[in-house]
Amino acid sequence: MLKDYSFDQTAVQTFDDHVALALKTEDLQVYYGSNHAMHDANLAFPKNQITALIGASGSGKSTYLRSLNRMNDTIATVTGKIWYHGVDINQPDVNIYEIRRHIGMVFQRPNPFAKSIRENIIYALRATGIKDKKVLNQRVEQSLKGAALWDEVKDTLDKSALALSGGQQQRLCIARSIAMEPDVLLLDEPCSALDPISTVKVEETLLELQKKYTIIIVTHNMQQAARISSQCAFFHLGHVMEYAPTATMFSTPKIQVTQDYVSGSFG
Amino acid sequence: MNAKRKDLLATIIIDAIVATVVGILVFLLAYILISGLPHVSWSFLTGSADSFSGAGGIGVQLFNSFYLLILTMLISIPISLGAGIYLAEYAKDNWRTRLIRSAIEVLSSLPSVVVGLFGFLLFVVKFKIGFSVISGAIALTFFNLPLLTRNIEESLSAVPRSQREAGLSLGLSKWKTEIGIILPVALPGIVTGVVLSAGRVFGEAAALIYTAGQSAPVTNFADWNPMDAASPLNPLRPAETLAVHIWKVNTEGLASNAAQLSAAASAVLIIAVLLFNLFARVLGNYLYRRVTASK
Repeated sequence: MLKDYSFDQTAVQTFDDHVALALKTEDLQVYYGSNHAMHDANLAFPKNQITALIGASGSGKSTYLRSLNRMNDTIATVTGKIWYHGVDINQPDVNIYEIRRHIGMVFQRPNPFAKSIRENIIYALRATGIKDKKVLNQRVEQSLKGAALWDEVKDTLDKSALALSGGQQQRLCIARSIAMEPDVLLLDEPCSALDPISTVKVEETLLELQKKYTIIIVTHNMQQAARISSQCAFFHLGHVMEYAPTATMFSTPKIQVTQDYVSGSFG
Repeated sequence: MNAKRKDLLATIIIDAIVATVVGILVFLLAYILISGLPHVSWSFLTGSADSFSGAGGIGVQLFNSFYLLILTMLISIPISLGAGIYLAEYAKDNWRTRLIRSAIEVLSSLPSVVVGLFGFLLFVVKFKIGFSVISGAIALTFFNLPLLTRNIEESLSAVPRSQREAGLSLGLSKWKTEIGIILPVALPGIVTGVVLSAGRVFGEAAALIYTAGQSAPVTNFADWNPMDAASPLNPLRPAETLAVHIWKVNTEGLASNAAQLSAAASAVLIIAVLLFNLFARVLGNYLYRRVTASK
């Protein structure tokens, strides 16, 4: 039986001015029709760190994540501010296509295009105007190495991406995102459809990638959040309840609902 | 009766139904081919028909059928592709979209004679184009549009949403995602639709009698300039197709061997449709492999 927790008591950390932030939201609200799915999300994401968003199903963590690169535009109403490089990108006149090149996304289920491995990576690059074969090939190699997939596929770049295993497909999707050289990488439960060995590989990849990118990852799996993230935000029924360094959150949660969740009482 | 026996009975009934369908098909095909093929000869395939008696070869008609088919497809595929993409990706679910959908359904259930008469009155008489390949092609486009539009829309909608999200999340525009990512995946389904509608175009007679005409003027197959009156490619010449020819030989033909002629022409028509289907499938598979890099 889920207890009624008060939404008034929250513990959300803020950062000093000297901490470089990649992204920050102010009073972010998301509505699906009349359903208020996300309330007053005030979160800031430090650069070159992995931030995990945890919470039970329906807590709003995916909804929040998808708002950050405006992927919710057609299905929900999002109000509030999303600060990125000093610009509020949650405005109608912002070029969302440009934004999505800077804030990449990887989804829950691997969704490679029905194209060759190479084409998967260069199709979007070519659309940005890069035509030079050399540059494109270089990007393919770089991004596949970044996603720890290069050694497995370097001889089969022109084979269909759909022939890869689920774990390889997911790493290809990561490679495809980082080939665009984004600032921020959003991952929506990237390992939930993968087996444990593929999960380890993806996690190792992410730990390596945080040197270059800011990573925000939604996960169901608390062990995963503990293993890879430095900051952790706990979502509950459309509210951000607690946001703290991961180690602190798991050892000494400040509020009851977080305590109950991380100790496994519900979720 | 236990589950096992029920299952057996159901299987037998389903098998019987399938056997009936296949049986009818095989019987029809065999009958047409057996009664027609013996009368097919090279001179029949290439010779020109005697427009008075209805006797003679079907060379021009055979060419006309293919030419009309290609012209129809050239007009209808781009239009239905645009309409299909609109309905699948851009149209909002509101009364206007529902109105468009029901209009398409109404269009697809129009009797071909009505479409033919409409084409006759508008293109042949009003626009003074006369009986011509182009009038026929436009009339046939009316048939094709609803079928193809529906088919393309359904093929596109069947592509998982995650593919669209992948494209959009990379900063691709909706259009670029649609053309470069969704369309290639939907290609096999679209090819099936094109093949089906091509079969209909090939076999259509009623609508063409009033639009493409019932005469096949002698054409000069050495002259491929579409501007010349005698050129087979001239879209403004009247063009009796194979299906119309079969109808004419049987109803107005004065030839003593009318039955044999129409049987032979029918056999050729069926073989032509089969060949076209085969060609479209091979082409579709080739394109699909090219764009998706699958084996």
